[in-house]
Amino acid sequence: MKIDFKHSPAAHCESGVTSNILRFYGIKVSEPMVLGIGGGLFFSYMPFIRLHGMPVMSFRPLPGHIFKRVTKRLNVKISGRRFLDEDKSMRELDKLLDRNIPVGNLIGVFYLPYFPKEYRFHFNAHNICVVGKEGDVYTVSDPNSTTFNTLTYDELKRCRFAKGTWPPFGKMYWVRSVKTTAPDLKPAIISGIKLNCKRMLDIPIPYFGVKGIALMASKMRNWEKRLGAKKAALQLAQLIRMLEEIGTGGAGFRYMYAAFLQEAAGVLDKPEMKDFSREITEIGDLWRNFAYEAAHKFKNRGENILTYEQLADRLVEISEREKAFFIKLRKFVNAL
Amino acid sequence: MKKEEVPQDGGYLEKTNVRDVYYALDENGDYCQVLSDGWEPKTEALSMTWDNIREEAEEVRKEVIDGKKSPLAYHLQVNLMDISLLSAYSGIPKKLIKKHLQPEEFEKLDGETLEKYAQTLNITVDELKKA
Repeated sequence: MKIDFKHSPAAHCESGVTSNILRFYGIKVSEPMVLGIGGGLFFSYMPFIRLHGMPVMSFRPLPGHIFKRVTKRLNVKISGRRFLDEDKSMRELDKLLDRNIPVGNLIGVFYLPYFPKEYRFHFNAHNICVVGKEGDVYTVSDPNSTTFNTLTYDELKRCRFAKGTWPPFGKMYWVRSVKTTAPDLKPAIISGIKLNCKRMLDIPIPYFGVKGIALMASKMRNWEKRLGAKKAALQLAQLIRMLEEIGTGGAGFRYMYAAFLQEAAGVLDKPEMKDFSREITEIGDLWRNFAYEAAHKFKNRGENILTYEQLADRLVEISEREKAFFIKLRKFVNAL
Repeated sequence: MKKEEVPQDGGYLEKTNVRDVYYALDENGDYCQVLSDGWEPKTEALSMTWDNIREEAEEVRKEVIDGKKSPLAYHLQVNLMDISLLSAYSGIPKKLIKKHLQPEEFEKLDGETLEKYAQTLNITVDELKKA
């Protein structure tokens, strides 16, 4: 059996799954709208957590947050579950499918067969939506793919029970009931923006939001001295991977956020908001240029290669622009 | 970024149905979705990461050839695993895995254990025995 589910590719896995599931239940929200309502723009730099020996740098909130926030703000009731018993988790999944319910799954990508081999790290925060089962084979909607994919029972089980950092424990989530297929987006948009401003500006420790960008910049100035040329280059490559990793919509979600603000301007009937959209687009371009220059740096190729000092200066500029942007945006939204 | 500026540089995604989705501006200045099959700086960041992984694995391979480590040590390296991760995936206790990283202990392994390792590492038993 296969649920009559429309698959749309999306930039980011969780906002994509959320948007596809909500559309299945008749609530038409785009992926950028989901990102915006879910307050999904973020930055974190955590030198005290190491992944493959490198500090964690991330442009996304923790998995599950977007789905939870968006459904709450749109009056959608959800359920979620983790398992210790692997086969039981598959049985429970099947039961939901039998009831024609598409099921979001948090999975690891290391054993995900349709991903390019080079993308299969021990990364356990990918999201897909399971929409059907024929014999031993599941049909899944992965927002990073252009079409449906299939996974066998064993393959899906292995991905759901990936091991390592933040194991997903077969986590699955689904919609229980929908109050209205035309929820009022306005309050949802406003609280989403407020939350995002808060997360980019107000977290009192220096690892998150615009402060995190500035902190990373100050550390970057010493990378070469402290780590040597090779490790510094690897660390820079790691940052670019996270910034442009599959599923950000370009420039670490900044472009997607711009698309959200543009759509929000229409919903709220506030054309002035388009200026905010343009501004975050420009900031996205700055991130993009940074990635471009950084690639020259770590490949040590081309003319006028920047130093780490100069790259850090660019980040400081981005951090300041984002700070000014979110302060202005908050002022605007608070006055609505 | 404008629609026509969305990079189509190819790379690792080309042969799969996985694509990057960008949000870019169309001719009216409205945002739209554009599929991309890759961007060079990103592909380079990824290939550099893999080059480094392979280099480190090459070091281990030399140690395997010199008889200092078992082939299992090499496969751990290329699969970005450490002992505790391999243990979690294979169900083989960490202590035993540690032992199997020594060439003489690895030689003595029975077929069942070899099969377990091979399955976890997505290779055949023959591949497992080589580094």
